Amino acid sequence: MDITIVFRIAAVGILVSVLNQVLIRSGREEQAMLTTLAGLVVVLFWIIQYISDLFNTVQALFQL
Amino acid sequence: MEIGKIVIIGLISVMLGLILKKQNPEWGMYIRVITGILIFFIIAEKLGVVIDIIKKMSDKIDIDLVYIGIIFKVLGITYISEFGAQLCKDAGESSIASKIEFAGKVFIITVSAPIMLALMDIITRIIP
Repeated sequence: MDITIVFRIAAVGILVSVLNQVLIRSGREEQAMLTTLAGLVVVLFWIIQYISDLFNTVQALFQL
Repeated sequence: MEIGKIVIIGLISVMLGLILKKQNPEWGMYIRVITGILIFFIIAEKLGVVIDIIKKMSDKIDIDLVYIGIIFKVLGITYISEFGAQLCKDAGESSIASKIEFAGKVFIITVSAPIMLALMDIITRIIP
């Protein structure tokens, strides 16, 4: 539970937005949208894992 | 010094969120979600200590453990529905946020039904 996950997400976000701009400038809007989508899906998999940990902890803590 | 760590994590993620929000706003949403989860995990074991203290106090006053359990359930439901509702509000979707809050209220009422029934019994017994 350290802050590296936040930095990882920010890094992927910055990378994807830069790639997005580069692809848009070079006229490939479809690939730009696809790379953004790919970045979103990757980060979603990481975050889903954290969200399930959160719900399990809350369930254990509050005896839900 | 734990509180310093939490504030620093909050500030760092706000900065990162601002950086990412210009190009595409969905990354700001990811940063908000992951920060909320991180801060919760930092206070999770402290919360466990608080809950144990409340349980010990309730044993001394010999309140029935069922009611304390229901209070904790209501707390848990409130925390999670508040977590989701605030995130939706931040993203600008206040209608979804109000739906989540309404669902949370319904779950709270269903969980706390035994307490309400017990209250009704007491009242009917007092008033002949």
